Amino acid sequence: MEVRELICIGCPLGCPVTVKMDGGQVLEVTGNTCKRGDDYARKEVLSPTRIVTSSVHVSGGTIGMVSVKTKEDIPKGKIFEIMDEIRRVTVPAPVAIGDVVIADCAGTGVPIIATKDVAKA
Amino acid sequence: MTAHDIVIIGGGPAGLAAAAAARKAGIQDILILERDSCLGGILNQCIHNGFGLHTFKEELTGPEYAARYIRMVEEEQIPYKLNTMVIDINKDKEVTVINREDGLNTIKARAVILAMGCRERARGALNIPGYRPAGIYSAGTAQRLMNIEGYSVGKEVVILGSGDIGLIMARRMTLEGAKVKVVAELMPYSGGLKRNIVQCLDDYGIPLKLSHTVVDIQGKERVTGITLAEVGPDRRPIPGTEEHYACDTLLLSVGLLPENELSKGIGVSMSPITSGPEVNDQLETSAEGVFACGNVLHVHDLVDYVSEEATLAGTNAAAYVKAGREREAGHVAELKAENGVRYTVPQSIDIRNMQDKITVRFRVADVYKDRYISVYYDGVRVSKRKKKVLAPGEMEQVVLKKDSFADYPDLKNIVICTEVE
Repeated sequence: MEVRELICIGCPLGCPVTVKMDGGQVLEVTGNTCKRGDDYARKEVLSPTRIVTSSVHVSGGTIGMVSVKTKEDIPKGKIFEIMDEIRRVTVPAPVAIGDVVIADCAGTGVPIIATKDVAKA
Repeated sequence: MTAHDIVIIGGGPAGLAAAAAARKAGIQDILILERDSCLGGILNQCIHNGFGLHTFKEELTGPEYAARYIRMVEEEQIPYKLNTMVIDINKDKEVTVINREDGLNTIKARAVILAMGCRERARGALNIPGYRPAGIYSAGTAQRLMNIEGYSVGKEVVILGSGDIGLIMARRMTLEGAKVKVVAELMPYSGGLKRNIVQCLDDYGIPLKLSHTVVDIQGKERVTGITLAEVGPDRRPIPGTEEHYACDTLLLSVGLLPENELSKGIGVSMSPITSGPEVNDQLETSAEGVFACGNVLHVHDLVDYVSEEATLAGTNAAAYVKAGREREAGHVAELKAENGVRYTVPQSIDIRNMQDKITVRFRVADVYKDRYISVYYDGVRVSKRKKKVLAPGEMEQVVLKKDSFADYPDLKNIVICTEVE
């Protein structure tokens, strides 16, 4: 049996979570204080994922940058490929929270969406 | 001079939540004063996610969290002035403001809510020797330059201090193609949240060197490198442990200071430990009708708690304005922080007039394992809660219920402390 000690990143509480595993199967999750901790721990030991956030240039807006994020979490190993795509994008104003900036980022099937409103200048 | 029922100093998360709560409590005449060109405060540059799990039960980025409260304020049509700097508040709650459109003005307030937030400790406070080349930024300044202005801040980076902004910036700069060589922390523990060490440093293989500090900065026009040294228990560099790092950028994430110049101008009593005003259970300062909330009161780790605190301040300021006078003093007990607890907010509770329950927030002085957080009423231990880990970087809280005071008619002191047993 394999035991892994994790810190849950589900929220800023950062609960210390212990996962007991056997041959790629999760036997038990302890130390979490909510369901998110259980979900996080199972995912983290089998296929870790992250939300990626960044900001991209806006043309013709009241401000020059708009913050963005992956709409859902993406495989940890894809982070830098996703950043390469995000870095190349410029969006025209206006932009609203939730607007799709990239429809399918780096072949993950996950869109990049705006997290801020930017009005036209 | 113009007059308003409630004037809120600052349009960040604290000011916005206080305004929304005051309006909900029935106050029509509210004015928010914000020195930046938009509402939302520091959340605008905190583009990472993790905000709002307690308040909205979902994981938002900073701008999204701010937008929720900005929408509340706009839907309620609460007036605000942007690009407006408050330069003084006096004891009579006369607020002196300046902006480009109206020039210099005085606003008379029936109640004032202090929500100015905090600012970063700067290099000048650290006594690091060396030249003053370009390339040295506070972590928050670098965050603003990257996320809002769209500049690339540096290519090879060393970060001093493991506060949350420094950790977040270690990841942010890595994602933008910079090489973050090391994060050095003077203390033997990190000042940031555990989750940020996991997802900002561990995920990217960035080393965290505890008990280390920068002892020299090299470079004349631009930073060319820094020297790191280990420190002993006295936090002084140990000769012979120096290590050189070539870099073009040094970020400082070495603590946040509540921004209380205005509060001091009013003359409110200040806590030397939080560097914020001392407040009672209504979050009212020693000046009648002047309330405080958010990072100007004490530095928080979660914006959700700022919103909660500010909602309380807004509700209480509204009650004060409606009553037209201060709550009559009932039975005031002092809150004392002892044995590993550094401070409490609030610092006193009127146990006769308080609401049904009050959340007392505090931070601990050191990293403790398997300790109880205990509450004593005049020497009697009334509650204890075991914590596996307590750390200075994480804010703690206990909730005190009004009915718990029923058996203590002469209560003078409430002590919150850590204990091994």
